[in-house]
Amino acid sequence: MGEKRVLEFALATPGIDAAGDATRVPLVAATPGPPEPDMHTDHMLINIGPQHPATHGVLRLVVELDGEVVVRVIPHIGYLHSGFEKLGEYRHYNQIIPLTDRTDYLSAPANNVAFALAAERLMGIEITPRCTVLRVIACELSRIISHLVWAGTTAIDIGAFTVFLWMFQERERVYNLIEEWTGARLTTTLTRVGGLMADVPDGWTGRLREWCERFPKTLDEVDRMLLRNGIWLGRTQDVGVMSAAEAIDYSLSGPMLRASGVAFDVRKDHPYLDYDSYEFEVPVGEHGDVYDRYLVRMEEMRQSVRILLQALDRLPDGPINAADPRVILPPKRRLMSDMESMIHHFKQVMEGVPAPVGEVYFPVENPKGELGTYLVSDGSAKPVRWRIRPPSFLNIAALPKMAEGHLLSDLIAINASVDIVMGEIDR
Amino acid sequence: MVSAPAAENPSVATLRARFGASVGRCAVLCGATIVHVAGDRGHDVLAWLRDAPDERYDYLVDVTAVEYRDRERPLEVVYQLRSLARNAQLRVKILLPKNEPLEVDSVVDLWNGANWLEREVYDMFGVRFRGHPDLRRILMWENYSEGYPLRKDFPLRGRFSRSEQVRRALGADLKAHYSAEELSIAESYHSLPADGGAAPPAPGPRER
Repeated sequence: MGEKRVLEFALATPGIDAAGDATRVPLVAATPGPPEPDMHTDHMLINIGPQHPATHGVLRLVVELDGEVVVRVIPHIGYLHSGFEKLGEYRHYNQIIPLTDRTDYLSAPANNVAFALAAERLMGIEITPRCTVLRVIACELSRIISHLVWAGTTAIDIGAFTVFLWMFQERERVYNLIEEWTGARLTTTLTRVGGLMADVPDGWTGRLREWCERFPKTLDEVDRMLLRNGIWLGRTQDVGVMSAAEAIDYSLSGPMLRASGVAFDVRKDHPYLDYDSYEFEVPVGEHGDVYDRYLVRMEEMRQSVRILLQALDRLPDGPINAADPRVILPPKRRLMSDMESMIHHFKQVMEGVPAPVGEVYFPVENPKGELGTYLVSDGSAKPVRWRIRPPSFLNIAALPKMAEGHLLSDLIAINASVDIVMGEIDR
Repeated sequence: MVSAPAAENPSVATLRARFGASVGRCAVLCGATIVHVAGDRGHDVLAWLRDAPDERYDYLVDVTAVEYRDRERPLEVVYQLRSLARNAQLRVKILLPKNEPLEVDSVVDLWNGANWLEREVYDMFGVRFRGHPDLRRILMWENYSEGYPLRKDFPLRGRFSRSEQVRRALGADLKAHYSAEELSIAESYHSLPADGGAAPPAPGPRER
């Protein structure tokens, strides 16, 4: 916290330094007043959720309060537990992909890609160049729609309603594009092991490019509303701070880790697809507070647009599916006329695609953080174990650490800043 | 696609030199190095991997367990480790034979991130983590009594029939939904002086 400032000053001054950057000005006087007299009251037990808009899903927080100060938070999860990992042990690899939609349902295409990549690494399948670039497009679109929901809902939790509307409007536009591609908006089931469910329709790349060129303006508008907004700064700065060492200790990942100053991004450090050939920056925060998480995610969206434009430039022609009849279904036309195709089709549908004995852990950089897919195979067509390393699960586990000692209203801001999705936490 | 180098992670050789026979066989699968460690030295090995200046596996990626369809095969507790500084990864496995109690030392004292991960492994596989500060179910509810869902002997639809599940849910003691820790807070709530009206009634068993 800086020196004492008066309320009017912080509100009237946009808080920019000589270089034009936002200064980190606390909204209210930083110097603490006389301590409040201890009323010797008992602590209060407050139950927030599981049905509460500010918990972003069916998260239940049992909060022990001393006045307005959070003494203890006990998160309760599991209300959305569906046993996806158990279900996966009874399904063929391609049949698991619809389940991945429903884990982090705000970024379904990226989950589809994550699972397909792990299964392909396990089976030793090479995907085509067009498929690689289309998957990068799917991942980056997912990052943007997920961060849009995050920005919108966090802003509305802190009281900025307009941002919510602007962000969801942009999200609808992306969903229109995704719907044109996959036929679904939320549960896309975009990938197949060895390829994609469909190629993009005619003219789609043009419409995506158009959107990519216009979208950063919305981000700029939101930044103009929030970046130097006195209320926003007061509600987010120095709230929910995680130092770099703490973030690593708690196994945080994604924007949560980077906002704390740890420059780890799976796309850069363990590149998959063809991420190592794109030009993009990894934004890293300094303070690890809610404000830095906001900055990091906003910048990540801009970088995603950069990647999208590069991907559109390089998108090669060619097939989207690997030329491997063991894993890729034959076209319907050949299936009806060609005996061999019919056998491949029959075997794939009835028996599934067997994976060799072995195991793989495949991390990808999902919008929420590092999504790991751990597959163990005993040589059959169904995995022995399908483990999702859920980034939200580990990020929300640090909520007590972040929120204890803050005000109850800060707990809402901190919880929003984690960017959880319960489908992934509970699985 | 960029595939990781298929060579064995050099940490395994140093581990063998340091811990000798406690370090079991090692495999390289899909570019990742997997090393088996004896259960009683698991915590020591992981602590050493985290702190040794040449290793510095400071980031715990994941803790999970694997049970094979072959009932005789031991259950595996799997630790995915990463060194952020060296950008290296290592997978450590501890085998738990089925005829012995499924117990392993907790690593929450090394990484706080292990807290919920170990709770999930306990919840789903029934592996007990010795020294865990708060080992209780996490995804399933506290008094869930059908067993451990991700074990291979657990049927896909659960052990109880739907009517039995409903009967138990209706007959549940609501207080049992709170952990002991929360109950202590809940009790102080009922000792609060009433705000003008009567004190809130204590939660009792729900009527059928």
